[in-house]
Amino acid sequence: MSSRERILGRVRRALADVPRDDTPYERAVERAYLREHGGLGVEATVDLLAENLADYRAIVHRATEEELPAVIMRLLAEHGSPYVLVPPGLPPEWLSAGGPTRVDDRAESTPAELDGVASVVTGCAVAIAETGTIVLDGGPEQGRRRITLIPDHHICVVRVPDQVVASVPQALGRLDPARPLTWISGPSATSDIELDRVEGVHGPRTLEVVLVGGE
Amino acid sequence: MSGTFVGMPAFPVAAREAVGDGTLRANLRHATHTIRAKRANAVAEVSDWAALREAGKQIKDHTLRRLDDYLVQLEEAVTAAGGVVHWAADADEANRIVTALVKETGESEVVKVKSMATQEIGLNEALEAEGIRAYETDLAELIVQLGKDRPSHILVPAIHRNRGEIRDIFAREMGEWGRAAPEGLTDTPAELAEAARLHLREKFLRAKVGISGANFMVAETGTLVVVESEGNGRMCLTLPETLISVVGIEKIVPTWRDLEVFLQTLPRSSTAERMNPYTSTWTGTSDGDGPRVFHLVLLDNGRTDTLADEVGRQALRCIRCSACLNVCPVYERAGGHAYGSVYPGPIGAILSPQLRGTASEIDASLPYASSLCGACYEVCPVAIDIPEVLVHLRERIAEGGEVTREGNKVVLRPAKGHAAERAAMRAARWAFARPGVLRAGQRLASRTRRLHPRSLPGPGRAWSATRDLPPVPAEPFRDWWQRTNGGKDGAK
Ligand code: SF4
Repeated sequence: MSSRERILGRVRRALADVPRDDTPYERAVERAYLREHGGLGVEATVDLLAENLADYRAIVHRATEEELPAVIMRLLAEHGSPYVLVPPGLPPEWLSAGGPTRVDDRAESTPAELDGVASVVTGCAVAIAETGTIVLDGGPEQGRRRITLIPDHHICVVRVPDQVVASVPQALGRLDPARPLTWISGPSATSDIELDRVEGVHGPRTLEVVLVGGE
Repeated sequence: MSGTFVGMPAFPVAAREAVGDGTLRANLRHATHTIRAKRANAVAEVSDWAALREAGKQIKDHTLRRLDDYLVQLEEAVTAAGGVVHWAADADEANRIVTALVKETGESEVVKVKSMATQEIGLNEALEAEGIRAYETDLAELIVQLGKDRPSHILVPAIHRNRGEIRDIFAREMGEWGRAAPEGLTDTPAELAEAARLHLREKFLRAKVGISGANFMVAETGTLVVVESEGNGRMCLTLPETLISVVGIEKIVPTWRDLEVFLQTLPRSSTAERMNPYTSTWTGTSDGDGPRVFHLVLLDNGRTDTLADEVGRQALRCIRCSACLNVCPVYERAGGHAYGSVYPGPIGAILSPQLRGTASEIDASLPYASSLCGACYEVCPVAIDIPEVLVHLRERIAEGGEVTREGNKVVLRPAKGHAAERAAMRAARWAFARPGVLRAGQRLASRTRRLHPRSLPGPGRAWSATRDLPPVPAEPFRDWWQRTNGGKDGAK
């Protein structure tokens, strides 16, 4: 007997007390919890996102479409990055204000090569206000997972209000589970040493989020 | 048996030793009290906590009651997405599978993200025996591994180490395994974290094989979920060419939507955050992004035996948040090592004896490692009634009865006069000798009084046989005394 059959057989015997017509999934779970907490308006939801991002020590900026290239250039300059990593579908105008040398992520870029690049600029798939989370789904503006992991400085652009949802349930509804997802809430952190929160163990130690939208 | 710490003294002995260790006790107390207060705030922030908790319980219960169907569905979905599914009935089989998979890649080292399942089966030791070096990459696990130590807490395994000890371990050991700690390393947490970052980065960048567990597996889509803080999980899940995930069969949820419950309750319960810094989800393999080969090893190792127990199976709802450890008065005093298992604290006290059986003295004594105060149940985000399971297990140890071991029904003989019973008696005395612990126990007893027999089960029976056990009052005396200002308020 294969272990697969053995385990499935054990499960079935273990569940001998459970009737085969047990309550089906649709009726087994009472979802009395809220779809979102608070029912805030669009503007207040974006404000909450900014507040919660900052609470977990992401650095939040706001910009209009026109201002965006200048803001990105300033942030890169402030970080002193000679190179910036760029996912394949990043809108070219985002980096149109000049600044550090672009490094395009290519399939053959090795982790060691990426390790030499200080900053990365990406978009995102969705941002969650209640938890201060941005979610990446590997779309063309975001690129492979590794490019937002190895550099020490991540600039993430969120289009507001279109990409902002209030809650975790709403975010899951917008996301495609077939894509590899990375949910990011503040920079990498650890509390392993006497429970002191320390920013930055392995992921980017500086996370800057630019909320872009409006006139 | 894998996962049992060989030669481990039974709980009361180990607990007494730990209670005598002043540093350990101070570290634990600071740690558990800090997380406890933070968690309460994080939970208070969401008005629908009770509904989320109930939904989490129902999702898990439903899944367990259909576990065979969901396992098959998961297997199909993972396979369709390009993954390879393996089934392991016990620890040895899981270790054999993983070792063979690593050998196939020709590699002799792997990077690992913290996983309780792989600790439970003793994977690192099994790999080591075959000449494969497994590097733990979670900061706390690194501290434990470099310190040649055992983890003592689910979430913060190095909770028993203070910063001075960690500095010394890093300075002494890092050079042995790779990049040495910087000269003049101090004991500030930021410097220690930086030393770990540099030490491990070298390993991440060259790693060809990653090993992980998972917090959740979605049957409908074949998606795995890892919830973490540091980014070492992301490193292990995305940089290597081959990813092997070892996951207990109880980690399934039916649908993608179900994650909306657990991704709200888990971070708040475990690290007391609205959301943990990083959560990764992946479904099989993706073109050009992350590992090209993905293996999922589904682990039984006593879980189906636990499932066969109608009272005890609720332990399989556990999402390993560790909230129950942080509120437990026994854990706070005894420390994680006293539980002799990778699962310490209240959850360990009900899970280990079910996964491993109660043949050893330590496992038979674990259900007594509690005062039944009920704090663990109150904080549990999937509402596991730990006290109920503890009492159930005590009864079975004392009176014997039918249990399932490795899929077969066996009848346990009553433990009277056996080593287990004696161990249990010592544990009971240990608790009863502590007034604070007893007080909390009385409160639970009154909450559940209609369920109470006139004599206590197990060693409690021996204890109550020499005393006339009075009916449990609706309100314990101590509570009445406090509420009525020592009876002066004249209230009944
Ligand atoms: S038993 Fe409940 S509180 Fe304890 S670790 Fe498991 S889920 Fe968390």
